[in-house]
Amino acid sequence: MSPLWLDIGPVSQIEPGSARTLPVLGGEEIAVFRTTRGEVYALVNKCPHKQGPLSQGIVHGDSVTCPLHNYRISLRTGEALGDDEGCTPTIPLKVDAGRIFLLREAVLGRQAA
Amino acid sequence: MNAQTAFDKATDLKTVEKLVVIGNGMAGCRAVEEILARDPARYSVTIFGAEPRVNYNRIMLSPVLAGEKTFDDIVINSAEWYEANGIELISGDPVIHIDRELRQVVARSGRIESYDRLLIATGSDPFVIPVPGKDLPGVVTFRDLDDVDRMLHAAERGGSAVVIGGGLLGLEAAHGLSLRGMRVTVIHLMPTLMERQLDEAAGWLLKTELERRGQTILTEADTEAILEKDGHVAGVLLKDGREIPADLVVMAVGIRPNTGLAKSAHLECERGILVDDHMVTSDPAILAVGECVQHRGQCYGLVAPLWEMCRALADHLIDAPSGYEGSVTSTKLKVSGIEVFSAGDFSGGEGTEDIVMRDAARGVYKRVVLREDRLIGAVLYGDTADGNWYFDLLKKGEDVSDIRDALIFGQAYALGGALADPNAAVAALSDDAEICGCNGVSKGKVVATIRAGACSLAEVRSQCKASASCGSCTGLVESLLTLTLGDEVQQGAKTLCGCTSYTHDDVRRVIVERQLKAIPEVMQQLHWSTPDGCASCRPALNYYLLCAWPGEYVDDQKSRFVNERMHANIQKDGTYSVVPRMWGGITNPRELRAIADVVEKYDAPMVKVTGGQRLDIFGIKKEDLPAVWADLNAAGMVSGHAYGKSLRTVKTCVGSEWCRFGTQDSTGLGVKIERMTWGSWMPHKFKIAVSGCPRNCAEATIKDFGVVCVDSGYELHVGGNGGIKVRATDLLCKVATEEEALEHCAAFIQVYREQAHYLERTAPWIERVGLDHVKAQMFDDPDAVRRLAARFRYSQQFMQDDPWARRAAGERSDLHSHLGEVRPLTLETV
Repeated sequence: MSPLWLDIGPVSQIEPGSARTLPVLGGEEIAVFRTTRGEVYALVNKCPHKQGPLSQGIVHGDSVTCPLHNYRISLRTGEALGDDEGCTPTIPLKVDAGRIFLLREAVLGRQAA
Repeated sequence: MNAQTAFDKATDLKTVEKLVVIGNGMAGCRAVEEILARDPARYSVTIFGAEPRVNYNRIMLSPVLAGEKTFDDIVINSAEWYEANGIELISGDPVIHIDRELRQVVARSGRIESYDRLLIATGSDPFVIPVPGKDLPGVVTFRDLDDVDRMLHAAERGGSAVVIGGGLLGLEAAHGLSLRGMRVTVIHLMPTLMERQLDEAAGWLLKTELERRGQTILTEADTEAILEKDGHVAGVLLKDGREIPADLVVMAVGIRPNTGLAKSAHLECERGILVDDHMVTSDPAILAVGECVQHRGQCYGLVAPLWEMCRALADHLIDAPSGYEGSVTSTKLKVSGIEVFSAGDFSGGEGTEDIVMRDAARGVYKRVVLREDRLIGAVLYGDTADGNWYFDLLKKGEDVSDIRDALIFGQAYALGGALADPNAAVAALSDDAEICGCNGVSKGKVVATIRAGACSLAEVRSQCKASASCGSCTGLVESLLTLTLGDEVQQGAKTLCGCTSYTHDDVRRVIVERQLKAIPEVMQQLHWSTPDGCASCRPALNYYLLCAWPGEYVDDQKSRFVNERMHANIQKDGTYSVVPRMWGGITNPRELRAIADVVEKYDAPMVKVTGGQRLDIFGIKKEDLPAVWADLNAAGMVSGHAYGKSLRTVKTCVGSEWCRFGTQDSTGLGVKIERMTWGSWMPHKFKIAVSGCPRNCAEATIKDFGVVCVDSGYELHVGGNGGIKVRATDLLCKVATEEEALEHCAAFIQVYREQAHYLERTAPWIERVGLDHVKAQMFDDPDAVRRLAARFRYSQQFMQDDPWARRAAGERSDLHSHLGEVRPLTLETV
């Protein structure tokens, strides 16, 4: 039986204040963020506005500004902040002993049918 | 005496149960104290301790190391206490086995003790990072008195110490060793010291203060190995190749619950030993308390939760269960003279509201975080007097909306009744109260200035100098404006962004005047209202610092827009376009072949000739960028900076070399200008063109800097733009030689670099300040052009470094690679 959580490696491979990506074969790419305070979040790597790659945006506080049209997206909830609307799906994540684990079913559940 | 006690126990087996405690630390002893306080006759107690001594206050080890306390000062329970309470202490003989069937524990010496109830209080172990050299003599942790003795011993010989870990414990160790005369370097993996307790702003203040005290603090430093010489530690090697010599290395990267014994007894464990609200483990006869447990998913490394756990444990053991519901914790750093406090959740986020106060003059930073009108977190630096009050509000979870406006000023202020409104507090000040300490301006004088006609902050600043220097009294002056004028207050110039009340010009001026050299430093000195800025101010500050301190300021990649971080242009589908530089628009077969090869090799869907006379290769994936650049570099091409707030391209016509109308060598001059200006960061993108005659085929009169060659020399034009709003250039001046044209180009760019606002093109900048202002900057002083050009050239020596070459060589490969790939068929990551 496959475990509930998918180990995607140590936290240290993501520089604080930035993000890295995790492609899912046949599914949607996931962006894993690490804030300057060291918190780690995972979201689908798409802005709800025009599908910009959020992983490439500037991370500030616990939000990211999309590189295409400056939508601000909450890393906690995936919601667009301020006057903008829309929501990016988030992937449940836990950090254990310095390693990042994503909820397997949330990662694979985002596969294209 | 002992025999008598043993006899008493034996005769009273029905009521006296045997409690065995594993761990003679703070948790184990506190638990026993709590039980004794409730029912001294209920249990006969035996305590096993691994350390060969009585119970002491572990959290006071830092002051012992610092020489502020002695061991005797920190003993909690002396030998007499154990004796007076009939407690059997077995020290220096740790338990190595628990037999749950027989209800017995076995110690290392072979000693066996039976129990009715067993309490595990094994605490936690220091986490030792698994690097080569971790077991060398001279590498210590900071956990018990033996560690302190080892450190003191090393400190007697002087020399250098490296502390790995910039958390609470590491900084206390560093402080102690520093006071003992060692040269101390702290190595911290994260960008911010104590990042679990402090936000970036407070962490920066702390770092600055520790550096002022002579410690070297290296953040974002990852340990590769501990180095050896003659069988003893000799230094630390960092992953980036730096070596730091050390006679002593202290590992203080964290702790982990000591669950070994519990695990081998098959008690349920995750990170810690799992306990319920009564501190009972998966075996009802066995309890656990302290740092070794995991309660409702939480493990604690601080002392306050331990007290609360011990109360619940004791209540349970006397059959009056109360239940432990988890702890809200607060932290204070025990480094004398530095006041740091934090509590609760201050990570911000959805639905939370930050109130920030910075007082640069006093070195104070305060931040409280609210959610739904309740205090949920606080970070205080420099002035922690109100820490307990905030902590109290936080624990009670009371609605603070009534005192919200004055909350940040502290208890005395917020609860001062009528003073709860900050304006009212200012109104209550007497006329001779000093408002601006820098310029000695009283409240009466500020009010008089406002009554005499100053209707804005800027006017008050210029007329009476209040808040014109450090700016820390800006809030007070604004209150006085509101009190005096009501709604007639005029809003000042637009601020840099919502994070600050300062304008772009203020920020640029202050950076230079006060020699600010880091983004968090600017944010602190200028009272930023957010902890780490936003996507607007971070790139602006990064540019302003880069411009002010060439060669000195280290570019902050986290504050760069994606294009400048990736050195390519992001497209709507997330791929990138790549534009190699073609000097003056001139190319050759080798370059064209290299571009053609790249297009085929990386399957680029499109190549386009740009308006700037070069070729743009579209559809490159971020993973392929370094390889693309390596191929282009191999053909002699460098980054075209088509992505940057920087010099883009120098467009030329063919000029006198070929054209029958050409008056000067416009391509030659274009190439020279591009060679001089490429790589320079600017407030915004910057385009140049050189036309060989007034027919102006290179369209020089809609560029930021345009040269139009004429028979008698070179006309220099500035401030043109072909974008949304077309603007033709203004004529700056006319010069006779190529050298002068180059010199004036450098000087004009430098005025723009030093004075324009970030993201302001030359066209709106010149419309805002006026062409006369620009001319005055360049020509009022006959030496100005030379000095400006010299500053530009000085800065260029640090900027003209092809970013592609460094990336192609492997720098920041993390920006170009995925973490792995999820393959649904195999359900595996790579």
